[in-house]
Amino acid sequence: MTEVALQAVELVRRIEGVVSHTLVNGIDLAVNKGEFVAITGPSGSGKSSLLYLLGLLDAPSEGEIMICGQPTSKLSETERADVRLTKCGFVFQFHFLLPEFTSLDNVLLPMRAAGRMTEGEMRERGLALLGSLGLGEHANKRPNQLSGGQRQRVAIARALANRPEIIVADEPTGALDTASTEQVFSILRDIADQGQTVVVVTHDPALAARADRRIHIVDGKIAEITGRDGGELVCEMGS
Amino acid sequence: MKLLFNIAWTHVSARVRQTLVGMAGVAMGVGFTIMMAGLMQGSQIDFLRQLVDTMPHITVDDERRSVPTQPAEREYAAVQMAEIANVGKRPGIKYPESVMSSLGSWIPGEVAPSVKTTAIIDHGGARIGITLTGIDPRREVHVSKLASQMREGKLDDLSRAPNGILVGEALAEKLGVKTGNTVLLVGGQGIQLNSTVAGLFRSGLKRVDESQIYSLAGTAQVMMGQSGVVNQLRLRLNDPMSAQKVAAQVEAQTGYKSVSWQEANADLLSTFTVRDFIVLTVMGAMLLTSSFATYNIISTITHEKRQDIAIMKSLGMREYAVRRIFIIESIIIGVVGILFGWILGYLLCYGWSKITIFNPLTGTTVPLQIYYSAMHYVVAGGISLLCCAGAAYFPARKATRVHPVDIIRGAS
Repeated sequence: MTEVALQAVELVRRIEGVVSHTLVNGIDLAVNKGEFVAITGPSGSGKSSLLYLLGLLDAPSEGEIMICGQPTSKLSETERADVRLTKCGFVFQFHFLLPEFTSLDNVLLPMRAAGRMTEGEMRERGLALLGSLGLGEHANKRPNQLSGGQRQRVAIARALANRPEIIVADEPTGALDTASTEQVFSILRDIADQGQTVVVVTHDPALAARADRRIHIVDGKIAEITGRDGGELVCEMGS
Repeated sequence: MKLLFNIAWTHVSARVRQTLVGMAGVAMGVGFTIMMAGLMQGSQIDFLRQLVDTMPHITVDDERRSVPTQPAEREYAAVQMAEIANVGKRPGIKYPESVMSSLGSWIPGEVAPSVKTTAIIDHGGARIGITLTGIDPRREVHVSKLASQMREGKLDDLSRAPNGILVGEALAEKLGVKTGNTVLLVGGQGIQLNSTVAGLFRSGLKRVDESQIYSLAGTAQVMMGQSGVVNQLRLRLNDPMSAQKVAAQVEAQTGYKSVSWQEANADLLSTFTVRDFIVLTVMGAMLLTSSFATYNIISTITHEKRQDIAIMKSLGMREYAVRRIFIIESIIIGVVGILFGWILGYLLCYGWSKITIFNPLTGTTVPLQIYYSAMHYVVAGGISLLCCAGAAYFPARKATRVHPVDIIRGAS
């Protein structure tokens, strides 16, 4: 039986104000362990909002998110931070590395925050991660000494640092050239193939096609779910 | 914590100029606070020392704080006494030697008798009202610093000169008298006595030096017209600060009004309290103001690092941990600033202690009195550190409360 890593139940995210705006509107979704899911959709469709909810960066107005079977809607902000630290890894469109720190220090950051390993173990893992992403010789360089692709790979290494169950990536190739895009996507694919769950928001249909599932979002709702072979799995437009 | 310190250190070390300005602000605040505290306490202690040295610590007068209960009142509750006259009552303390002997057995210090009266001193047409205190020179050395305050002559000269008196330098200057001159003393009952100035003293207190003269007890008794009377006992304690407590005990034992030096100078001491309050307020304001630079720096850093804050929070660092980074930054600035402030404070105190001022009352040039106390450094440093932490807390709290999604979306 396939194990569910991430599950959203009737997820709603509403921005209250003079004019209320619904970003995510009743989404039900289950992502299996080791699955690579791409979320696509036009600008403003709510795909990033959905991703932030799935990664516990944002809290839903209604509904429930379960990470590895654990409900999260009633967790305090501190408990949500703990779940993010240990079970989620984030990769953003821009690398968002701390500029004063070296690549290695950036990768060590989540491990040091978690404090579950000795300094030696952390450095060993950090160097191994950077090495596996082809950045072994750039471990002591600062972000401004790296190319865009290299920075994004450091960001991926940072996301993997605490061995999270789920990697959440928001347009990780949006600011990269073609070669770097290919490289980053291949890495994310490999991560999923090794058993970690990857959820990626992307505008690039070619890249999305390489995911196990594509979830197309329109107006905060799932419009279409497509399998890797292109077969339509679910069509919920207007449901 | 090491991680937070590393991030904090990276932030402050990347902004050398701003950090140095912040440290300089803290150093100035701490340094000048230490200097003010040293100066304030130094001058206060010096003044009190003069006060305590000049005056007896406790004065027992032949007075009572309230009218003594009459025997008839004790016998008959309905009797009301009015307009009681002390007809033929001899002034002075009853059995003074016995009282002194009794007090001497338990008070932590010394006791000496004296005769206090008022008189007019007349010399060359100048007539000035004075307080004449008759003393026993052998006992006086145990209860006052008069012997060491002599500028001309000695205490023992009182016995050698005919009706010898010791005059304050300021009074002598007013009268134009010198040691060896003869002056006329006129007592309250018209008794006149030619006295010889046996010496000059300077206590340092203007009101004493201008209005107090000393003679032998016998001379004062003659001026009062009461031979053998002792109307004042003067006590000097090993611990001057215990005077209030001992005075109360003496009064309870003897029934005579016993006034401690604190009570005698209560108005003066209350001004010290007001002065302390004002100076402490000013010092607090200085330390608070010095932390404004830290507030500015931390505000700037938190503004510049909003994106980093968002990322650290999104990675799972707790809000208070991120907030702590900025508080550590302010503590780094504060601690280094305080260390320099301590050095600055010491140098300022040392510099001020080399400045001399002319005291027109005593006619002497004395250095500014500085009191060196480790407590000044600890308190100034502690308050400054608290101010720095407080100055960082508010911008840090505001910055770390920002929702990471808002920042990440804004950057995308």
